[in-house]
Parts: sequence; structure tokens; C-alpha cells
Amino acid sequence: MILKLKYFGMIAEAVGKENEEFECANSSVEELNIALKNKYAKLASMNYKIAVNQSFVEPTTLLKDNDEIALLPPFAGG
Amino acid sequence: MEKWNDKGYNPPPSEGLGEALTAQEKKRYSRHLLLDKVGECGQEKLKAAKVLVIGAGGLGCPVLQYLAAAGVGTIGIIDFDVVDESNLQRQVLFSVSDIGTNKAIAAKNSLEQLNQYVNFNIYQEKLSTQNALTLFKQYDIIVDGTDNFSTRYLVNDACVKTAKPLVYGAIYKFEGQVTVFNYQNGPSYRCLFPEAPKAGSVPNCSEIGVIGVLPGLIGTQQANETIKLILGIGTPLSGKLVVHDALQASQFTVNIDRNEEQIMLAQQIDFDSFDYDYFCGLKQNQMEDEINAKELQELIKSETLQIIDVREEWEQPKVAALKAINIPLQTIPENLDKIDKDKKVVIFCQHGVRSLHAIDYLKQQGYNNLINLTGGIVTW
Repeated sequence: MILKLKYFGMIAEAVGKENEEFECANSSVEELNIALKNKYAKLASMNYKIAVNQSFVEPTTLLKDNDEIALLPPFAGG
Repeated sequence: MEKWNDKGYNPPPSEGLGEALTAQEKKRYSRHLLLDKVGECGQEKLKAAKVLVIGAGGLGCPVLQYLAAAGVGTIGIIDFDVVDESNLQRQVLFSVSDIGTNKAIAAKNSLEQLNQYVNFNIYQEKLSTQNALTLFKQYDIIVDGTDNFSTRYLVNDACVKTAKPLVYGAIYKFEGQVTVFNYQNGPSYRCLFPEAPKAGSVPNCSEIGVIGVLPGLIGTQQANETIKLILGIGTPLSGKLVVHDALQASQFTVNIDRNEEQIMLAQQIDFDSFDYDYFCGLKQNQMEDEINAKELQELIKSETLQIIDVREEWEQPKVAALKAINIPLQTIPENLDKIDKDKKVVIFCQHGVRSLHAIDYLKQQGYNNLINLTGGIVTW
């Protein structure tokens, strides 16, 4: 299946892009996160939340084709 | 939160709501009075409202400017810092002559020129577990314009404890986040980010830069949300995080659910003993990256570790108690999937030199959880 990934803030800098289509076998949010950490080693030390179709879901939630996944880091600045 | 209902801010009459606008005020706020959704009643609500703005920096300046212009009757400003020349690129309340002046004072001086009908309370101090609760209790809404996680968690928890809505904004280079926390059983900051980021992992504006107009974009949205809450108009931005991208002129919205465990956690934190700098890893929490054999013997009793032997398979001695996995140095690149990223990983070799090479390589791969066994396994 194809997932539509969106990266924000430092995450976009770490992976070098703001969007991408990510092809993977059927997987859960947790499995996708592991796949992303394997693809982008810098993610391992970063703090972020994963939203699926604009909501935060359980790590075990299964993803569907065309889901929109956002990796959102906290911002410190003010 | 009895002062709040679905018609917005409604304090008991003893607290001043209903205090009529003077003729001068009616003139000044005439464009508000013309609006059905504000009118005289709304303007009186604004006049009676008390808002505390934490930090008079990039976000604080536009928030303060619009709240003061709108006629919010009492505005608290807390900031311990002084105006620096490098602030003037975005902190629009300040001028060259303010350089070196405390920001709360400089902001008040500037805002008094803007609106003489507002009461400003200034606090030239750092927000802390010692002063937060007393301070927050004197206000109806708290606006977060801080620049570090330790204060953000403190502000959130103090809002939960004192049942005050929190208008949150945060910025990073060209992107900003806005939402309203802790409003009528909505989520809190901890519901969004339960874990504080590792110390130093998320830089602030002074370290990495910020486009000057960004805090203006985010701060005015915070001011807008604050005014909406006071007036009880529109839909409060509660339960939704808006991420604004200044470069694309786009907004991304994500729903945030309330997490009762996190709310409870914030309520139960003891401000007499809790150290937010420690919680955010700014103190002591830095991981020791070297350990000796004796310390390792203790550590394996108290913590689940992964222990990796980077020697060749034939090398002796083997220490069964360590339950080490063997990944010879040269084979590390093809065995990254076996190396844990979450728990502490102790790496050893014969004398502690190859293990350092392994750690150097793994750090480049994004690992930050590595500990070297000083002197190697021969010291066991």
C-alpha cells in the first residue's frame, strides 16, 4: 500500500523533505515508525507524534492504503 | 472554571462585569461596538477580563499588542529577560532605546502609549513552581509565549491545577503551532506531548533562527483565540492543533484527545518538590557515556540493558552474566537492526578502544543511548 507522509519542523530537516509517498506492506503505526527509523537513522533520537488522517491513534492501529500520516515534533520557540 | 460558560467569560458581578464603558472608551472601541458579536456587552467582558502573558518575546509582543488594543482590562506580563538588539527583528513592541531594559517593563511602557484604559501588572521574574499558582489564580486566561520546554510544562501543569484555559503558541524557523489547552474539559499540553524532549534535542529561536514575521502570525492567532474565549464567540481552538507553515502559507490541523492520565499527572505534581529542569533533562539527566566494570555490575541489576560485544567471535574471556550479543566491529553496519534504540546499550571489547569506534559510528547513525565499558572486558 501507499502512505502519504507529511513531515514538520525538525523532522522535515532530518529526512530532507516535507512530503513523500511511502510504499510498505500492510502495517501498524508502530511498524511504520520502525520502518521510518530504519530508513532515516536521525529519527531515532527525535521526539515526535504520529497522526493518521489528522488524529492521533494507538500504535497498534492498522494503516490503510492512501492514509495521510503526519510526523509532528514539539516546538520550543517563542 | 465557574466563570466560564458557553457565552464566554461571565464572572460574578462583584468582579466588575457590567462596569459600564466610559464615553471615551465607547469612542475608542467603536469598531468593536458596531459588531453584533461584540457590542457593548462584549466590550465590557473584555474590560473585565484578566489575562496573563508568559514571556514578552516573539509571541508575547503581538499577543500583548492586540490584547491591549482590544481593551482587555487587566494584562499581566511576566518576563525576567532584558531586550537585546537581536530581539528587534521580531519583538515589535521594543525600540532601540529599550535595549538592556527588562522586557516586562519595556512592554508596559510601549503598551501604555497604545491604550491608557488597560491596567498592566508586571513581574520581572522567572516563572517558577514557587510563584506560578499564586500568579495564575489572579487571572482568567493564561497565554504561553515561552521559549523552552521546561517552562511550557510548568505553565501547562499550573493551568491544570488552577483550572485556567491556556492559549498555546510555539514556533520553529518558518512553522508555528497554535491551540487552546485546558478549556472546558479539553486536552492539555501533556495530552499532546506526554514526554519532554531530550535535553538539547529541540533548539529554540536563539540557537537556530526564526523568520521575524512568524511569531507575528502565531501570536495574533493566540490573541484571536484569547479574545474569542473572553467573548464566547466562534469555536475555540480546543482539541485541535493548528500547524502553520509560513513558507507554503498552509495550515495543517490535527485533533488532540484529552488523556485523563496525563491530566491527573499534572494535577498530582507537587510544586514544592518537582523540578521541571530535571524533568526536561536540563539537569543531571545527561547520560553517562562511560561506565566501569563495577558500575556495570550494579547497572545490570537495576536496569534492562542491551550489552554488545564487538570483539571477534573467538576472543576470550566470555562473561555469561552479561548476556551479551556478539556483533564484531566490522559487521555493525549490516547488523543495525539488532541494536536497540530505546534502552541503554553498553558496548564493550577487549580493552575499550574498538568499542569507542563502534560508538562513534553508531552515533552517526542516530544512536544516543550508548555507553562504553571503560578499559574493556579484561577489567571485569
